[in-house]
Amino acid sequence: MEKDPAKIEGAIVLPKPDVLMRLALSDSGFVFDPVTGNSFTVNGAGLAILRRLQHETDLARIVASLCEEFDVTPLAAERDVIEFANLLRNAFK
Amino acid sequence: MTRAGTITVAVTGMNAVPDNPGAGLAVARCLREARGKRLRILGLGYDALDPGLHRREYCDSAHLISYPGSGADTLFARLTEIHAAEPIDMLLPCLDAELPLMINLAPRLAALGIRSYLPSAEQLARRAKNRLADLAREAEVGYPETVAITQADFFRDCTRKGWSFPLVVKGVFYDARVAANVEEAEAAFRAIAAEWGLPVLVQRHVAGEECNLAGIGDGTGALLGEVMMKKRAVTGRGKAWAGISIHDDVLAGIARRLVATLKWKGPIEIEVMRDRQGEYQLIEINPRFPAWIYLSHGVGRNLPALLLSLAFGEKPGELAPPQPGLMFIRYAEEAIVPLSAFESLMVEGRSTREVAKS
Repeated sequence: MEKDPAKIEGAIVLPKPDVLMRLALSDSGFVFDPVTGNSFTVNGAGLAILRRLQHETDLARIVASLCEEFDVTPLAAERDVIEFANLLRNAFK
Repeated sequence: MTRAGTITVAVTGMNAVPDNPGAGLAVARCLREARGKRLRILGLGYDALDPGLHRREYCDSAHLISYPGSGADTLFARLTEIHAAEPIDMLLPCLDAELPLMINLAPRLAALGIRSYLPSAEQLARRAKNRLADLAREAEVGYPETVAITQADFFRDCTRKGWSFPLVVKGVFYDARVAANVEEAEAAFRAIAAEWGLPVLVQRHVAGEECNLAGIGDGTGALLGEVMMKKRAVTGRGKAWAGISIHDDVLAGIARRLVATLKWKGPIEIEVMRDRQGEYQLIEINPRFPAWIYLSHGVGRNLPALLLSLAFGEKPGELAPPQPGLMFIRYAEEAIVPLSAFESLMVEGRSTREVAKS
């Protein structure tokens, strides 16, 4: 089976860490990039993943943290994180 | 300083029209916010219908002046006349086309006691569109390839020379239009050549997002109080209708290098495109405050107020740290103008608060 391009050795391929770190996240799901001036909205699941991605790149630890807080299977959580990471990479090309 | 501590500043560029506003009214607003009634503001305009001239909360009086095309002596005579009626402490020009004349007149105005805080003629020339490529190279700033042309024939076979559409067609002094094909490019060439003369510049189109930076050069190479903005909505002429404050150290570094290379003195606006790779490409440098300068007051870095302090040798107030995430949205509204005020401007070239009340 071919490796998921978003997943390398248990880590997720994301936008640069400094890009993720600088994002201002609101509880409403409003996300603002102070460098580019771009803003977008994410739903509750996206916000939960994005908050974790700002401090953690290890997929297993992110999935475990999500499973701890939400009623979700590890498989579904992993799929959501990888899918969201892809979206982020496209958004911050 | 005159009249018991009240400073009088004359501000031009009161043509605050919706699609392409001059910066004068926004500058006056900033000054009023900073100094309140301790400041007397004279609005200088070229047309009795310039909206800013009729906003009495910002302009204590309004005066018509001669167009730059009338020459330095005519403008000096008119400014002397206004100065005799209402002594001016500082002149703050806000329109590109005025700068060469105002710089030329600065020593004569200074002899009358009218200060200014302007670049030299050479500094002004080095940021002109036809020399911007050299400046960008010297300051190590990205700049889209540009060529000067004198005939619209260029567009007929430009794709064979490696110039693919869309292209940007620009006047040497002003105006820029994106052309998607030969017909649009030729039409843009003709319109720009007719209004601004030859040559006309053709620039590679940079796809991306436009960001602008405003600041003040202190004349020794330092950039003071930079404020950055990304356009969120534009008018039909491509001018900011809504924007948001941003802060990027990379853009700040670009601006510092440009200002240091020029040893720029006075207000400056640096326009860049952030291309799809996230790299900045220099588009234009304006020798004045931009029309969106009121945002500088919003983010705690009131640049016109800072300029006033610098011009008068005062210790500037502390500037707030960069504050990204503050938006502005411009809107149109009607100023109610008594006929007496309009009549006074039309007949005497001058209108005051008192006339407006009569």
